[in-house]
Amino acid sequence: MVLTRAYDNKILSLQRQGRTATFAPGFGEEAAQVGSASAMRPNDIFVPAFRQSGVYLTRGFPMDLYLLYWIGYEEGNVVPENVRGMPMAVPVSTQMPHAAGIAYAQKYKGSDSAVVAYVGDGGTSEGDFAEALNLAGVWKAPLVAIIQNNQWAISMPRKKQSAAETLAQKAFAAGINGVQVDGNDVVAVYKATREAISNARDGPTLIECVTYRMGMHTTSDDPTKYRSDEETAAWAKKDPILRVKAYLEGKGLLSDAIDKEIEEGNSKIIDSWVEKAESFKPDPTSMFTNVYSFMPEILSAELEESKASDFWQG
Amino acid sequence: MQANMVAAINNALELIMKENKNAVLLGEDIGKDGGVFRVTEGLLDKFGESRVIDTPLGESGIIGSAVGMALAGLHPIPEIQFAGFMYLGFSQIVNHAARYRSRSRSRFKVPMVIRTPVSGGVRTLEHHSESPEAVYANIGGLVIVEPSNPYDAKGLLIKASRMEDPVLFLEPTKLYRLFRQEIPDEMYEVEIGKASKIREGNAITIITYGTMVKPVSDIVEKRKLDADIIDVRTISPLDEETIIASVKKTGKVVIVHEAPLSFGVGAEIAARIADKAIYELQAPVVRVGSDSFPYPFPGYEKYYLPNEIKISKAIDKVLGQ
Repeated sequence: MVLTRAYDNKILSLQRQGRTATFAPGFGEEAAQVGSASAMRPNDIFVPAFRQSGVYLTRGFPMDLYLLYWIGYEEGNVVPENVRGMPMAVPVSTQMPHAAGIAYAQKYKGSDSAVVAYVGDGGTSEGDFAEALNLAGVWKAPLVAIIQNNQWAISMPRKKQSAAETLAQKAFAAGINGVQVDGNDVVAVYKATREAISNARDGPTLIECVTYRMGMHTTSDDPTKYRSDEETAAWAKKDPILRVKAYLEGKGLLSDAIDKEIEEGNSKIIDSWVEKAESFKPDPTSMFTNVYSFMPEILSAELEESKASDFWQG
Repeated sequence: MQANMVAAINNALELIMKENKNAVLLGEDIGKDGGVFRVTEGLLDKFGESRVIDTPLGESGIIGSAVGMALAGLHPIPEIQFAGFMYLGFSQIVNHAARYRSRSRSRFKVPMVIRTPVSGGVRTLEHHSESPEAVYANIGGLVIVEPSNPYDAKGLLIKASRMEDPVLFLEPTKLYRLFRQEIPDEMYEVEIGKASKIREGNAITIITYGTMVKPVSDIVEKRKLDADIIDVRTISPLDEETIIASVKKTGKVVIVHEAPLSFGVGAEIAARIADKAIYELQAPVVRVGSDSFPYPFPGYEKYYLPNEIKISKAIDKVLGQ
């Protein structure tokens, strides 16, 4: 969680220096992400939205590639074979039907893997969310759908997003299990996800993690325009990292010295990711050669024309 | 075997399912009911519910979950009941099916064939007669195929099912049961990306596909024209080579399709001809298609669709008659 926060902070500062394109940080949602991803077994598969740095990190995704995505290269989506997960999905909730289909395929192949998919509170209003839960319910597919209810869909507050009292109750319409947990309590999120994964063979579960987007929607957004300082201050007190630190300190498992040591170690790791990502050498040819399984004439012609242009000559 | 297009596609699906254990069919009413056009008739009994999936309604869910199945190693063949309903799944086709390979630099592939009935002329309810190929042809990453006869339908579908790419397989409802043809019992492929030369001639090139192949052939026969007729078959990627070679030979071109003319497939073909063979042209390229407004109700259909009179006039114009 601490490493996730530190990396999000680092990418944010890189973005402010013009070293990445738009970025969506996950400040405040670390418990919902790291807690749920930690509960996954090695063979389970994650299907993210676009604000899941904690999930990627916990699942062993190479984090230099994660940064490469935000810098602006498709190569950041080349998920290594041994990492069981999908690339980010930017169109809201469109990843949810994929998750239902991937879950169906696990059942079809007789695999024990469960699929853990992520969506935001805004995403629950999309048709794809309802269709995915409906399909997974009918198929009794091994799907665990996790709503990161961070209270804001850009400027739209949770209360205006849906008249439903909870988002978890959207499960009932699809005939599947619905659970609401304190998304800032890493242990509660872990436990709920673990249970849902154990039950996945019998069908899907929808978990609503109640959390808070402590930062901006993306680096292009200014949240002070639509929400009050009082609100952010109140949620800052419930910061999931502060909570887990207080818990560990209470148990005598964490001290300032250990904390500092972790921070220094993290900073070195992050620097190595940044260095690796920024040393990436793009090859524009790859834009043309990865569209189809074959090379259509039109793309060959366009590639040749581009190569001959002054711009490509550098 | 003697087969109409429905029987040819049904036979192709059965052979595909036998060959590839990861092939699954999904869609509305495709199982017990055998599909509203009976294209999937009998396949549920042969392959069971896990491979012939009667889905709840929801085109985005059908196409989106098929994308997921494909990403997870299956080879889904979803059916969308009518092309007019497919716009509900448009986002999944454009944002995911077509893009997944390029946005992951080929790490992920979406091998799937989306089947859907297209085109009109059979007096159906509104939203059941559209020819939307141009809407999809603008999207890189998709393969778009439209057969005009049972032989091509079977061979193209088998080929599509063996590809790693997302293929949009457009089936003209008017041709489903219009005529029978002798086709091989066994599996065979018709090349995708390759147009078919239906007839050889030297005086004029007529480029067409789908429902318009038959009226074009009939006119050429009736008028005893010395025409090259090209059935495009694969709309994207287009077989430019066959088209340009013919244009260079005849110097005169008519393009005929049922879809609206504005921003259509014919416009793309005409542009490519202008690019590659403008100095060989002896007359301006003439296009025939539907008018630029939404598909009318069945009562007005006959005034809207391209017909033999419109096609004949276009031929006269190009031949200078």
